[in-house]
Amino acid sequence: MKLMVNGEAYDVATTTLSELLAALDYEGDWLATAVNSDLVNKANRAEFQLSDGDRIEILSPMQGG
Amino acid sequence: MFELYGTELPSRLLLGTAQYPSPAILADAVKASGTSVVTVSLRREMAGGRAGEKFWSLIRSLGVRILPNTAGCHSVKEAVTTAKMAREVFGTSWIKLEVIGNHDTLQPDVFGLVEAARILCEDGFTVFPYTTDDIVVAERLLAAGCKVLMPWCAPIGSALGPVNMMALRSMRGHFPGVPLIVDAGLGRPSHAATVMELGYDAVLLNTAVARAADPVGMARAFGKAVDAGREAFCSGMLEPRDVAVPSTPTIGRAVFS
Repeated sequence: MKLMVNGEAYDVATTTLSELLAALDYEGDWLATAVNSDLVNKANRAEFQLSDGDRIEILSPMQGG
Repeated sequence: MFELYGTELPSRLLLGTAQYPSPAILADAVKASGTSVVTVSLRREMAGGRAGEKFWSLIRSLGVRILPNTAGCHSVKEAVTTAKMAREVFGTSWIKLEVIGNHDTLQPDVFGLVEAARILCEDGFTVFPYTTDDIVVAERLLAAGCKVLMPWCAPIGSALGPVNMMALRSMRGHFPGVPLIVDAGLGRPSHAATVMELGYDAVLLNTAVARAADPVGMARAFGKAVDAGREAFCSGMLEPRDVAVPSTPTIGRAVFS
């Protein structure tokens, strides 16, 4: 399945969002996720089924003004 | 003490956390400023990276309130999604709402701002809108559910200070009961004191402190200027006059000729 993760192309075998995070070595309570511009809550990642062409954003706290 | 959305805050200075020379200087500047609210953002995390965790750990150790922003968002959709992601990560409904409309001036897209504010207020967010000094836009933001307004006084990071005093004065006069925070464009402590003397409730700044030669010293200076401006406003300042008025009593002066 082809996905865009934080603007980079990936070809992965994972089917859920939580599996994708684990496969790409993303872990931690400080991460927020969105798929195709909509928030996916932490609690929903395990059952969130990804589809070919999905765009995933994985964000974390950063300095800001 | 003053209140923002029912929360009492000891300092009227809100401080950004970006562009400091090091995390240690950021921490020292926050402490020196006396601020009780700092702004933060969300950005892409690298695979296997822990930059976000380190920064988040530092901020939590400072014991200040967090005001996440939607900086860099150019559409309502981007801003709303970013706000929702921030609420989940930072565990607060407070959001500094930015919907940028112009790449050069970074001025708000006020039409998108009002729409995003309405969506977020209806969703239970506590919205701090970064807006212009336009009174009509301000009224729309209040109607959308905002109870605090954050007008710019000059473009973000410009350090120009208040470039339109008439507009700021007019806004203060038009919304006497609404907490008004000057956000963006301040360059010097005297700028902060000036807008506080106008009766603004607080200021939010970042670059002027972070990019100073000594950010910790500048943070302390801004903290003092904000306090001085507020105390001056509350103490009743003298109106300027076009003629001289002697300060020393004229009655009883000696006559030598």
